[in-house]
This record gives sequence, structure tokens and C-alpha cells, in this order.
Amino acid sequence: MAQSTHQPLGGKLLTKPFLFFGLLFLIAVYFLATRFVFGLGSVTNLNGGYPWGIWVVVDVIIGTAFGCGGFAMALLVYIFNKGEYHPLMRPALLGGLFGYTLGGMAVIFDLGRYWNFYNLLLPWYAQPSSVMFEVALCVMAYILVLWIEFSPAFLERLGLTNAKQKLKRFMYVVIALGVLLPTMHQSSLGSLLLVMGSQLSPLWFTAWLPLLFLLTAIAMGYGIVILESTLVTNAFKLPSEQRILSKLSPIVGWLLAGFLVLRFVDLLARGHVASMFAGDLNASMFWLEVLVFVIPAVILLSPARRTNQRQMFLAALLLLAAGSLYRINAYLVAYDPGNGWSYFPSAPELMVTIGVIALEIMLYLFFVKKLPVLHGTRPA
Amino acid sequence: MDKNRRRFLQGAAGALAGAVAPVESAQALRRENKQLPPNALGMLYDSTLCIGCRACVTACKEANDVPVEQPAHLREWNVGVWDSGEDISGKTLNTIRVFTHGTKEQKDRSENGYAFIKRHCLHCVDPSCVSVCPVSAMLKDADTGIVTHNPDACIGCRYCVYGCPFGVPQYQFDETFGKIAKCQFCEHLQKKGQIPACCDVCPTGASLFGLVADLQKEAEQRLSQKPGDRYEFPRGRLGDDRPTHEAAIPEYQSHVYGVKEVGGTQIRYLAGVPHEKLGLPKLPDESYASLSEGVQHTLYKGMIAPLALLGGLLYLARRSTKQHEDGE
Amino acid sequence: MDKINDTSIDFASFTKQELDSYEGGLGGLTRREFLKYCTGIAATMGLPMSVGLRIAEAAATKIRPPIIWLHGQECTGCTESLLRSYHPTLEALILDTISLDYHETLCVGAGKQAEAHKRKVMEEFHGKYVLVTEGGTPTKDGGIYCKVGGRPHVEHVREAAEGAAAIIAIGSCASWGGIQAAHPNPTGAKATHEVLPGKTVINIPGCPPNPYNFLSTVMYLLTFNKPPELDQQNRPKFAYGRLVHENCERRPHFDAGRFALEFGDYGHRQGFCLYKLGCKGPETYANCPAIGFGDVGFGSWPVGTGHPCFGCTMKETGFEKPLHALADVKTFSPPTAFPAVDAAKGEGITPAAAAVAAGVGGLVVGAAATAMRNMGHSADSGQPPDDQDS
Repeated sequence: MAQSTHQPLGGKLLTKPFLFFGLLFLIAVYFLATRFVFGLGSVTNLNGGYPWGIWVVVDVIIGTAFGCGGFAMALLVYIFNKGEYHPLMRPALLGGLFGYTLGGMAVIFDLGRYWNFYNLLLPWYAQPSSVMFEVALCVMAYILVLWIEFSPAFLERLGLTNAKQKLKRFMYVVIALGVLLPTMHQSSLGSLLLVMGSQLSPLWFTAWLPLLFLLTAIAMGYGIVILESTLVTNAFKLPSEQRILSKLSPIVGWLLAGFLVLRFVDLLARGHVASMFAGDLNASMFWLEVLVFVIPAVILLSPARRTNQRQMFLAALLLLAAGSLYRINAYLVAYDPGNGWSYFPSAPELMVTIGVIALEIMLYLFFVKKLPVLHGTRPA
Repeated sequence: MDKNRRRFLQGAAGALAGAVAPVESAQALRRENKQLPPNALGMLYDSTLCIGCRACVTACKEANDVPVEQPAHLREWNVGVWDSGEDISGKTLNTIRVFTHGTKEQKDRSENGYAFIKRHCLHCVDPSCVSVCPVSAMLKDADTGIVTHNPDACIGCRYCVYGCPFGVPQYQFDETFGKIAKCQFCEHLQKKGQIPACCDVCPTGASLFGLVADLQKEAEQRLSQKPGDRYEFPRGRLGDDRPTHEAAIPEYQSHVYGVKEVGGTQIRYLAGVPHEKLGLPKLPDESYASLSEGVQHTLYKGMIAPLALLGGLLYLARRSTKQHEDGE
Repeated sequence: MDKINDTSIDFASFTKQELDSYEGGLGGLTRREFLKYCTGIAATMGLPMSVGLRIAEAAATKIRPPIIWLHGQECTGCTESLLRSYHPTLEALILDTISLDYHETLCVGAGKQAEAHKRKVMEEFHGKYVLVTEGGTPTKDGGIYCKVGGRPHVEHVREAAEGAAAIIAIGSCASWGGIQAAHPNPTGAKATHEVLPGKTVINIPGCPPNPYNFLSTVMYLLTFNKPPELDQQNRPKFAYGRLVHENCERRPHFDAGRFALEFGDYGHRQGFCLYKLGCKGPETYANCPAIGFGDVGFGSWPVGTGHPCFGCTMKETGFEKPLHALADVKTFSPPTAFPAVDAAKGEGITPAAAAVAAGVGGLVVGAAATAMRNMGHSADSGQPPDDQDS
């Protein structure tokens, strides 16, 4: 057996939090059943003006950004050849696996004609000009890549050393794809909005949307790695990864700073200073978003703060909040379809999203307890 | 630092920056607007002729076999009688809406007046819905320019609903197996030699069917007349021998909406009040699809950039996995 | 009843009568029938029921207002219409309500005898009689195209107008000139008010007008000693204040876009809107759909029987616009059921959704705070880092 320091955590699976999340998931299942029997309108507040609600924006667009931990770490570990971050790789991949798999699942809940889903793969229906087409294919391929990337954990668990060795030879191809595909579709999640034109507030609509989305996706990927590592090591009393994390921090900090500079330079260059101070909902959300981006940047760039575990944790949380807010803003707040339409998710709609997240957490707990995901062992 | 890697990173950064392009050259990424098809069919809707009878709405429902719509909050006072959809929807492909101001005294006046506006697909020359659809469910006829929808291809992602600058395609949210609904210019009737139902029944010629080029001439001719002069307004299809509707030339806004908006539309609008008040937004001359497709095509032209990136990534990943004994 | 036995038309000074005194007060009507008639008149004018009593008082007096009725260029349709009023009947009307002293169709006398009686009434009741003109007045060539008793109609009108307490032009011809005034108008036909400059002429247009609009106007004159409220074209507002289109029983079909396309087609047989057949209801002001004709019940008016309104009460429409031409839709405001361009749509924030969203927010913040509290302040307080990374 190859020398692996990854170990299953073991321990009781059906803890109280696990059961609570299970309950949330069952509620979501009920509403999803309603959705499939009576249609999307019976559960959601989606309407003719806002055809995309939180099932798309939170479950898919934010969900996959949360799943960028694997992408961000692969970028660092394999492309920038920073082997010291390797212990963070597998949990990050696991997060990505769920983020994307469940995001893909959520797409099925949300698709109005899900039974035609396979049309995306039929060449005669292909429409290469469509950003959605590219995103769909990329995400599907990436989910596959993620499962292959993560498969060593299964193979170890099953004791299939031989297969693992064979896979290892080609792993670099999978890793390269595992970086390429998210680069493509995470930037394309920004490109999706390029067709919106004046329907989007000028505070968000820019030709730089693809790059801005890519930068925030990578930042959120690191955010989730920091968050997860901190939470897991604390919760399961594992050896702290704080030292690795604090080395990672400046990278993320500079990424955020770069994002902010690009955001403001772009707004200034396009001459939308007035929109920033319009005092309306868009302007308020813009400044809130900027604030939530600035705080983690400051923490992560300050050598004193980034060694403090609490501050790091706060930074990670805010980082994820910032990326999520940016996406919600760009897709829902900044978007005005005109014609008097408004949207706020319904309670059942929210419950489904919550249920999906609950499922994600449950699966995570299941995997880390049953599969060799986390680095190091429970202290004796 | 490894020279190759540095070179690669420089190249990658350059490619990315070049691809997304500096701010001011965002326009440069646009492709050209698409051009009006040779035999483009369209409609001239003259808001000043519209009397708000909604014959077009009824005819549309019959022709396209869509049910009467009654939103829940209007069902109380209107038990099963009137179609009272508030906008186009999954079950209403065409509706008449009204602009009102103040005392609503006079038609086609923006101060203390009111005006009707017909709402349905504008059949853009360079439509966003066709550009965004991942499965080619939205199609624009190469000859007539009519934008049609193929529900067999549609996966229901509703990107067309989200992306249309006029909010035209609508998904049937209240159906178990909903589909996208939009005006397809009564293509099924046109195949039988008929004209779109709304233009066919319009009593005053407010909805006039014809070739876009002819309709544009007709619109310009109306604008060139003196207000108050008698004018023979054609009905049905422009050029047919139907009896005309004689009325006085109203005070028009001097703008023909749809000539340039988002690269042009095949439905053109004349009105007595500013078009924005009628829910026809001010839009740029460039089509929205031209920017998104321009960026997308620049980034993914022949898949060269992604493949180059993949090549670099493969090289680096292989190096790293060899170095890390436990590479996975 | 003695004290009102003088000839003045100051009916306002009547004392209140015992209602029983109205028994047989008008053409042998019972008290109930009579009061019904008077309150009906009041209702036609949109007046309160109490006014019905005052009308009853006015109608029950022995003094019947003398009426001089002149015929010009006309078809006698207005008179025919009046003859078909049933509350009251014709005899009750002319024998008890009014004193029809001169009427070329209904006069018992003829020729010089009739003319002499007219002159006598005009002298005797100077300033007290009511002049009614029916038909257009030709003015070309000295008005020779319509003569009565050897004199042009226009002279009779001007002469009778001199001593009239009130002048009523009945029918579209008297009101606007009517069919003979339509292009090319060979006789130079004009409306009554056009040949009587400076005089107030109450116009009761219609072809024919509804007899109750005329009767109500007369009863109003008797009761209040002044004309009812008039519009800009001197038509009583109670009768001509509303669009036919607004009260038409086929209006819902218009609003729903259901039209008859030709006579006898499916839509026509179904009672759909007649707009496309040239119905002028949308530009015509009259109360036809509300009161109907001939006292035979609901729907007894042109549109009710399947014929488009031709706009007879409108100067610029009836006899002027082609029958097939579409009406200009004149509404006071657009229909309220139409969606507004900027109507707000979409579900707002429901309490349940707000609660769920707030709950999630609270949960996340709470969980994060709890997690942070359990954490050490720095990396050093944690356990020694694992150095085994490959």
C-alpha cells in the first residue's frame, strides 16, 4: 500500500447535527416532489421577469464557486508546484465534488424541461455560440474529472492499490483538465451575463465579467479551503493546518486586492462614478459588497492578523460571503427586466436550497468519516 | 524559477488580459450586428390607431390554442369571463397594455392622457434568445427572419427568458411539463397562406403585416404627412386589396421604434407618446448578442486558447506529480 | 286647487297636495299609475324620487302648457316616435299633460282655420308657450323649399320663436339640419338654432329621438321653470351625457375582442360587438342602450336588434360619416381591466420566506460565532502542525 497519510475519521455517523440536516433535507425532498408534480411555479416565486431564482444563483452559481476549493488547490499544488499545500488537497477536492455534483443535481430541479437534458450532448442541437452550452458541457466534464480526481480515496478504501497505481500514471491529465475546465466555466458564469446589456446595472455590467467571476471563484475556492480546514481540525481535534493556511493567505489577499482594483478601475474607466453614489438599492449593495471584499483582504494581507485563527476564520467566512454577494448582486439585484417585475424567493424555494446545502454537509460528514480524506489521525 | 514556467505564465496572463481586453476596447470584441434577412417579414404597430379592443389578443389565443388567463388576484371579480393576463406569459403570446397619466383624458398624449401598446415578440434582427440557447431551440429563419421555438429541443433552462431585452419568451411555471411560449408570428398560419391572426383581425390596421422594407416605407410615409390630414390606413397585409381605414394623421413621435434598437427588430412601432412610456426601452444600436458572442468567440476561437492553456497545464501537472511522490 | 288657477307658469309655488288628489289626475290613471309615471320621468332625468312628486304636482294642474309644434323638412318620424310613448299614452299626453295647440300632423282643424288658431294662441299666451320645431329649416333662395300656409318655414319659426317661453328642437334635423343638410345640401337646410341666433334652443337630437327624452325635458321645464342642465351643444345632459359605447350591452364583447365581421355571420348571430360593421356607439352620446325604444323591454334599440349605431345624435356622425366607417373610440379613460405598462408583478417577500431567510442568516452567524469562540487566538495555540506533507 502506498504511503498515504490520509485517514478516515471514523466515529459515529448519526449525530444530532447530522439528523437535523437530514430533517432539512427531507423537507426539501417534499417540496421537490411538489415541484415535479405541479410544476416550478407551485414551489418557487419564479416569474416571467425573473426566470432564474436562488436555485440557479445559489445552488448552481454560488454552489459551484464554493466547490472551487479543488480547483484553487490544484492550481496551487500542481500548477504553481507548491507541494507544501498538499494536505489541503483532498478535503478541498471533496468539497468541490459535492459543490459540483449537487450543483448539477440542482440544475435538474430547476430545468423546466429536464427530460430533454440529454439534448445538450446531441451534436445536431449544439449551439456553440451559447455561453450556456459551454458552461453545461464544461460542468458535466468537470464533475467527471472531480470524481476521477477523488477516486484514489475510494480505491484506497477498497484496497485496490493496483488500480490506483494505474490511475496515477494518467492523473496529470485529469489534474490539467481539473484546472482548465473550472477556468473556462467559472469565467463563463460571468460571460452568461454579457448578453444582458442594459438589463444589468452598469455597476456590474462590464466586458470584464468573465475575469471578475474567475478571480472571485478562485478566491472563494481558497476561502472554502481555509474555512473547512479550520472547522474540521477544530471539530475533530485534528492537527492544526494553521501554518499552511497562513502561508496561503497572502496569495488570496492579493487576489482580492487585484479584484477590487480591477473593479474600480473598470468603473472609473467606464465613467460610472455617479451610479456608485446614486443612493439606490444597487449602489447600497455595491458598497456592501465592496466592504465585504475589503475586510478579508485586509485580514489576509496583514501578517499579524492572518496568524490568528479566529481572524482567519472570519476572513474565510467574509470571503465566501463576498463572492456569494457578488454573484447574487450580479444575477438578481443588478438585473432589472423592466415591466414591473420583482422577485424574492418563496419559503419552499428557500427550503429546497437549504436542503441541498444540508445534503452537502451530510455527505461531507459521511465521506470524511468513512473515507481517507483528512490528513493525519485523531490523537490518541 | 523555472524558465519555461515563467514564460508560460507570462503567456497565459497575456492571453487572459488580451482575451478579456482592456476596458476601452470592450467594443472591439463585438462582432458585427447581424443583417436583416432578404425577405424579412414583420409588423408595423401604430399605437395611435389601436383602439384597445383586444381582438388581436383573442385571435392570437384561438390561433395558437392557448387558454384564457386569469391571475388569481383578478379571478374574484371576473369569474371565467374575461382574459385578464397582466403581461405576456406562458399562456399569453400577445397582449394589449395601457399607458396612463393623470386624468387620462385624451388618447395618445403623455400629459393627462393614455395610449395602448401591443406586446409580443419583436423578432429581433440579431436576437439574444437565439444566441443564448444552448440547444438551438430558438431558431431564426434565414429568409423571413421569423424567430421560432422548438420545444422538442428545449431543456427549459430559461436563459432566453432571462436574456431577452424585451422579456418576451415566457416559461409556463404553472405546468408540470411546462414549455417556453413566445409569438412565432403565426408561422403555422403563414404556411397555409394566411397572415398572423392579430394582423388579420385588427379592425383599424394598427397591426399591419408585410415585408419589413415595405412597412418601413409606410411608417416613414405616415411620419411625413401633416397631422390632421386624412390618410388611408391599410389593414391586414400591406399591399393586399382590403378596404382601408380612413382617419386623420395623428401627432406622431418622430421615431420609428425597431429600426436600430439592439441591431433592429422586425416589428416596428409608431406612437403618439414617447416609446419608453409604452414599455419599449431605450436600447443601444449594437445587439446584445454581438458583445457576448464576440467575447465568447474571441476566447474560444477554434478552441485554440483553451487547448494552448491545456498544453501548458499538462506539462506543469506532469512535472508536479512526478515531484510529489503521492501525486493524485 | 283653486289657488293655482291663474295662467302663470310659476308652478314652483304649488302647495303640497294630498297624494289621493292625484287619483284620476291624468288621463284616468289611478293614483299609483300616475305617480309611477311622474317618478319614472324623474328617473329618466336622473333626479331623485322626491322630484317625482313635484312633477306630479306640475302635471296634475289644470293649466297645461300650450305647445306650438312646427314641421319643417322632416319625415314626421319624431312625431311618430312620440305617438308610441305609453307612459303616458298619446291621448293622456296631449289632452292632459300638455295643450298641443298647434301641430300640423295632429291638428283637428286644417288650412286657414289651423293657422288662425296658432296665431290666436301665440298672442294669448305670448311669452308662455313652448315652441317645438321638427325638421330642418331650408334657407336657400329665401327658404322657399318648405312652405306652410304660403309662407316659408323659416318665417314661421322666427315668428313663433319671438313669444316662446322655451324652444325645443326635436330630432336630428331640427338640431343639426339632418339628412337634408348633408352634402350637397341643395336647399341650404339649417338647424333651428342656426336660424334663431341669440335664442336658447334645447336640442333633442336623434333619428328619431327617444320620446321620453322629449317628455322629460318638457316636464322638467314645467316643474322647475327652467331647462334641464345642457351640454355644449345644448342637449340635456341627462339624456346625452354618456357614450352609447359605455352602456352598450355588447360592450363586454368589444373588451374581449369579439366582433361580428359581417351581417349574419357567426359573431353577428352570437351578439358580438358591431364595431367592425361601422357601429358609431364609441363616438355617440345618447341614452339609447339604457332606456330603449317602444316600451317593449330590454334590447329594443338598434344595436340591441343587431344593427350598428349610426350616430344619429351626433352632428358630425349621423348622415355625415359613411355607415361602414369605423368610429373614433372616445372613452373618458382607458378600460380599467387593461394591464398597465409598468404594473407591478411578482410575489413579494412573504413572512414565511423572510423568516426562513432570517433563520438561515441567524444560524450561519450563530454557528460561525460559536465556532470562533471555540478557537484559539493564534496558530500557536493549536496543535503542532503536521509536517508530513509530501
